[in-house]
Amino acid sequence: MPFETLLAICLAYVVLMFVVAFAADRAAARGHVRWLDHPLVYTLSLSVYCSAWTFYGAVGYASRSGLEFLTIYLGPTLVFTGAWWGLRRLVRVARMHHVTSVADLVSARFGKSNRLAALVTLIAIIASTPYIALQLKSVSLSFEVFATDTPAAPIINGATLGGTAGWVAAGLALFTILFGTRNLAADERHHGVVTAIALEAVVKLLAFLALGVFVVWGLADGPADIMARIARAAEAPENAEGWLLRADRWTVLNIVAAAAILTLPRMFQVMVVEAADEERLTIAGWAFPAYLFAMSLFVMPIAVMGRELLPAGANPDLYVLTLPASQGQDMLAMLVFLGGFSAATSMVVVCAIAVATMVSNHWLVPLWLAMRKTPGGETTDLRGFVLNARRLAILAVMAAGWVYHQASEGSAALAAMGLVAFVGMAQVLPAMIGGLLWRGANRKGAYAGIGTGFVLWMALIFLPSIGLGGDLPVAAGMDPWALAVFLSLSANTLAFIAVSIFGFPDPVERLQGLSFVSAIEPIRHSRMTRSDDRAEPLLAMARRVWGPEEALRFFQAEARAQGKSGYLPDLTPRFLTRLERRLGGSIGSATAHAMIDRVAGGIALTVSDLLQVADEAQRAKEETQRLENARAELAVTARRLREANDKLTALSVQKDAFLSQISHELRTPMTSVRAFSEILKDPSLTPEERTRFAGIIHDEAGRLTRLLDDLLHLSVLESGRAQLSISVANLHDLINRALSAASATRPERSFLIDRDPSSEHLGIVTDADRLLQVLINVISNARKYCDAERPVLILRVRNLEAEGVIIDIIDNGSGIDSGRQTLIFEKFARLNDPARAGGAGLGLAICREIMAALGGDISYLPGQGGAAFRIRLPKRPPVGTAASGSSAA
Amino acid sequence: MPDKPLFLERASFHRRRLGDAARVLPVLSALLVLLPVWWAPALVSFAGGVLWFFLLWAGLILAVWALHRALLRAEAATIRASEAVAAGQSHPGTGAQSHPAQGDARRNAGDSPDAL
Repeated sequence: MPFETLLAICLAYVVLMFVVAFAADRAAARGHVRWLDHPLVYTLSLSVYCSAWTFYGAVGYASRSGLEFLTIYLGPTLVFTGAWWGLRRLVRVARMHHVTSVADLVSARFGKSNRLAALVTLIAIIASTPYIALQLKSVSLSFEVFATDTPAAPIINGATLGGTAGWVAAGLALFTILFGTRNLAADERHHGVVTAIALEAVVKLLAFLALGVFVVWGLADGPADIMARIARAAEAPENAEGWLLRADRWTVLNIVAAAAILTLPRMFQVMVVEAADEERLTIAGWAFPAYLFAMSLFVMPIAVMGRELLPAGANPDLYVLTLPASQGQDMLAMLVFLGGFSAATSMVVVCAIAVATMVSNHWLVPLWLAMRKTPGGETTDLRGFVLNARRLAILAVMAAGWVYHQASEGSAALAAMGLVAFVGMAQVLPAMIGGLLWRGANRKGAYAGIGTGFVLWMALIFLPSIGLGGDLPVAAGMDPWALAVFLSLSANTLAFIAVSIFGFPDPVERLQGLSFVSAIEPIRHSRMTRSDDRAEPLLAMARRVWGPEEALRFFQAEARAQGKSGYLPDLTPRFLTRLERRLGGSIGSATAHAMIDRVAGGIALTVSDLLQVADEAQRAKEETQRLENARAELAVTARRLREANDKLTALSVQKDAFLSQISHELRTPMTSVRAFSEILKDPSLTPEERTRFAGIIHDEAGRLTRLLDDLLHLSVLESGRAQLSISVANLHDLINRALSAASATRPERSFLIDRDPSSEHLGIVTDADRLLQVLINVISNARKYCDAERPVLILRVRNLEAEGVIIDIIDNGSGIDSGRQTLIFEKFARLNDPARAGGAGLGLAICREIMAALGGDISYLPGQGGAAFRIRLPKRPPVGTAASGSSAA
Repeated sequence: MPDKPLFLERASFHRRRLGDAARVLPVLSALLVLLPVWWAPALVSFAGGVLWFFLLWAGLILAVWALHRALLRAEAATIRASEAVAAGQSHPGTGAQSHPAQGDARRNAGDSPDAL
């Protein structure tokens, strides 16, 4: 294929990427983000993990070390099997804090410390520069394959080829600056870049799959043949040794690759910063491992077929290109070339964005703010500065990569750079995981861990990889590289844990720790003045970062949420927290925190503030609980009141009924007394008649007296002035007397009396006459009201240790219906049958009062097959009743 | 809003157990990836390794897919169930009022495994 065609296709592809990114950015600006936000786009953007190093290098790796190449893909797969509880939590917490990079995450967790972020940024730069150089090299190498293939292009010489990397770097810098620094959004998302990367991921995958299918079914005879060839290749003496998996390397490489997917700046950028929410990980959790699976499925076949078909001296790293080219498959080779080009460019673009964000947020902006401490400098446009700082950082990162590429031209050292970068960023992992899971982790621990890991990584891995210093002296049989990785990571973790245990974090750090570990909204301290005289400077500050329109919109929305009109909300902790986090989304949490503190007068948070925050939360919780309890109490009280009201209403009705009843009861004897008195005036009466009529008058007067006596008796009992004469009596005798006295009531009815005399022989200490009155009343009631054909009266006496003596009096009539059971002991209560009752309805009320005076009670027992009363008498009468009663009388 | 009860109804119990499975899966898969290489490196280094690792890998992808699908369904079912409970529960009995306070305290204690 002519080199010019290759160049033209390549340029066309680049233009396509620009168009796609531009279109996606425009769609996002118009609010059409539905398909841009699709979990599939997110998953594809994660494939930025598969850089040119894995696209070209995996086959080379496989032909040198066999299946060991799988670790680079299996490590991330292991992480993604924990997507549901692990990655989703990471993304949720990071989104909650508007984290802009992995350095920002660590800094925000450990008390918004910018120096810690600057340290992580340094590691990221040292690790990324050679890695970017590796991508540039892969592009220039792949160009070289086509250039040396085509003698028709004599103008392409070494000098021009050396410039390829330069041109690529310049083009990528342009793309990154155009689409990576368009705006300073509060959430740091780049729809254009992500969409372009998703498209590149598709190209990458299709190219590799097409090559794989060609190799397995075009060059070989299908999967079975490939397996046989792999088995044959493994028998070659150099492979039997080199392809044998070593457990130490295998384990360490899996851990490093798993760490890389979490900590590499570009991976953090696409996985956490560009994620709209954590829910897309439910799809990506299996879709991304599936992508990696597809990308590595054909690596072994290509490696084996390349060995068999290509000359012995061919570079295994370029098998993916040279294999189709040597078979005359120009179109396929072209597609593969575009795939590799995509892998390299997407990695470089995202890496540059991520590292440039770190450099600008954690190096340049804090430096600039520190240099302009004078109040006069506050009016300048910070937004423009941040964007320019980012552009500058992108250029610097690209330039550093290109310089590194030029300086190491021809050396094989670059090939190892991918893993070296992985291990470097993995040094952030202990602090990151510890910060998310352990509230005790603190900043000093993070410094110690990351610092130790960084130094060991530089000394044992990075410097040896670029030819400075030697490998570790190790015992035979041990892999020096695996040992170095193991040493650096374990020393890192140990230092982190040990220093954390002995340290005491400052209050901001403890607040952040709580927020990160429990995944709850962070609270900013409330020391700041609550008046709005500081809101204006804050608005001015936000305007410098976001531009006037966006700042005004945010402040107005916040003011409206507080119920205020205008643009100046109250400085509530909630508002300050939201403002700081949104600012943090643009310039990093440490800088945002420092800026707000500066505007507010730089009041430091103290331990007592922290306790106050906890106090406020506690108070709010208690208040809620109190209200809840009060509600329950109110419900209980309301129910009681309702019951009391029902009872009062019923009593009132009864009282009215009683008044008419009592007037009737009083009136009837009075009428006869008057009538017979009139008759007695008649002189013609015989003495017999006179005696008879006088007898009637006497009886009627007696009835009146009894009625009045009852009323008087009740009123004495109720007022507590009853006089008791306590004596010892036999209950059996009392019951006998009560039965015989009550038999005068409705003597025509004969009752079957069922009693147990043996249990009745009890000596009781009480006022026997009063108790007898109660017994007579209850038994008479039974005689009066029992409506059974063959009436039966059951008397049961029990002597209980705890309650005293229980006397149950039960008949076999129809009883009292439940609606009236609560009323029968009230005064004037009488069941609806005045004719049959013949009393004033005071009997049971008197009984109740007597039993109360005796220290016991009387109650109605429902569900006994008839009317049933239970009289409870204590072992001894209440002390002092008799004395007080007699003194009152 | 009903407070966290001591025992869960069927839907949330099911969801919790799926959550447990989601925690166990990474550990299990790490063991399946790492242990064979420690035990029998010669067996999983060549053609046999290609079979073992790619089949395992495909199995893991399917497991994560099935687990996430089940978890999403269980979550939806739990939300439906709690909505049904909230709708059916107009006035909780006054006698039960002291229990939510205890449940609340227990939950708060559970939320901060290492209170600082």
